[in-house]
Amino acid sequence: MSHFLPSGIQNMLPDIIQLVYLLATGIFIIGIKRLGSPATARSGNQLAALGMFIGIVVTLFDQQIISFDYIIGGILLGSAIGAFAAKKVEMTAMPEMVAIFNGFGGGASALVAWGELSRVADPTILAGQDLVTIGLSILIGSITFTGSFIAFGKLQGFISGNPVTFSGQNFFNALLTIVSLVLVGWLAFDPANQLIFWILFGIALLLGMMTVLPIGGADMPVVISLLNSYSGLAASMAGFVINNNLLIISGALVGAAGLILTNIMCKAMNRTLGNVLFGAFGGDNSDSGGPAADTDKTVRETTAQDVALQCAYADKVVITPGYGLAVAQAQHVLKEVVDKLEKKGVEVKYGIHPVAGRMPGHMNVLLAEADVPYDQLYDMDQINPEFKSTDVVLVIGANDVVNPTAKTTKGSPIYGMPILDVDEAKRTIVFKRSLSPGFAGIDNPLFYVETNQMFFGDAKETLQDLSQALNEV
Amino acid sequence: MSGLIFNLFIFVLASFIGFELISKVPPTLHTPLMSGANAISGITIIGAVVVAGQVESEIAQIIGFCAIVFATINVVGGFMVTDRMLEMFKKKD
Repeated sequence: MSHFLPSGIQNMLPDIIQLVYLLATGIFIIGIKRLGSPATARSGNQLAALGMFIGIVVTLFDQQIISFDYIIGGILLGSAIGAFAAKKVEMTAMPEMVAIFNGFGGGASALVAWGELSRVADPTILAGQDLVTIGLSILIGSITFTGSFIAFGKLQGFISGNPVTFSGQNFFNALLTIVSLVLVGWLAFDPANQLIFWILFGIALLLGMMTVLPIGGADMPVVISLLNSYSGLAASMAGFVINNNLLIISGALVGAAGLILTNIMCKAMNRTLGNVLFGAFGGDNSDSGGPAADTDKTVRETTAQDVALQCAYADKVVITPGYGLAVAQAQHVLKEVVDKLEKKGVEVKYGIHPVAGRMPGHMNVLLAEADVPYDQLYDMDQINPEFKSTDVVLVIGANDVVNPTAKTTKGSPIYGMPILDVDEAKRTIVFKRSLSPGFAGIDNPLFYVETNQMFFGDAKETLQDLSQALNEV
Repeated sequence: MSGLIFNLFIFVLASFIGFELISKVPPTLHTPLMSGANAISGITIIGAVVVAGQVESEIAQIIGFCAIVFATINVVGGFMVTDRMLEMFKKKD
């Protein structure tokens, strides 16, 4: 596009492009900063999109770019697919969506590196350090690509959510990693060797699959965060390849974001990243549980009318939702119940555990979709000191995150995991289909304590009954 | 200072900025943050545009075309779905 411009400007063009990239970088940083507060987040995202748009448009003036057919075609096709997916996706399926977008981002970075390698007729003219970055970009991009698609499959359920393991797996994966790094080095010395290139590509794709397959479905939130970090790293690497600071910086920002979220998720589950990646823990259907419930423990069952009475005459009610609430599509009925309680002068808060839902912050999005205002949602650290002064806690579709064995029983698999201290409230009411344990397969002693009542049934139906009953209180 | 080293400086400093910027984000916003960051990682589209727009090699152009499609899905889908989510976040009135 540069030939449309007068020759004076054409000479300055490379510098102008770089300055516009600098501008776009600044816009990205401000955009991400604004993503950090609910009041400014939407404008932050829009700013980041603007930065991206500016970056793409100015790149079209790059003098290397002569043909526009593939560019226009690719952008139109990609936009149509992306926009369609973004409009259609259910909020419960956000983890799948992020996983698959991650995969495309990583794949694109690998392809950029491949394209850079194949555009030169004789790759031996490329400097060694450029070839190393090309190799690394292909490696990281491909791992992100296949890893994300396996994660997507596990979340969707067309690949078993249980860890897929075989003996010597960790050794095999370590071997693959070492071999792939050796091949990156080899490619730098012998870039014209097509065979080396293809073996590297193949092993990188295989490595992405092999590293995600042994991880249980319940750990996918951590994996998605980590793959998000990888996709940033892959973009950064592509920036090294084409010597573009905008890519390097944006990629690094995303890489950092992914790492921080990965760390937060690991902490919330009381696991180390190493344990998540290599521990083969936690399938998504719990058949490891043993007996579902002990028969000699007493459970106090309750009814909609009773729950309505207790809540209506309480001063303060806290609701702790789990993913079961979203599975039952009960967020909207819940909001209806809360509205009725507030009309009766009851103070209602939501206490959200960091791993409620299937990715960090997922439950907040699901509740926001049901018009629950965000200032009514409290994090675990904010809500825990308040349980002592709470009259009634409604535990809806959550289990492990309110299981007191995490605090009391050293041998428990969830021992040490931070939980919502609902047992400190004067009364807890657990909405649940049955007494069956959660994904970790652990019985929950909360069900049997004297201050707890069980309200059995599907979350949506029980909440509808409760909403009805509240009309009559 | 060679180009590679200079780029490494930029990479490391940008990572530090990233850690500083993102460590203060409240849990409420973690999902939109992740999908927004995800969209930003589609910045690789700029590399894809360069590869698809050169005319030295037809094969590279086709590879670049695929890269553009992948990256655009990431960018357009990512920003749009993030906007859809953030639109729902409302303060109590």
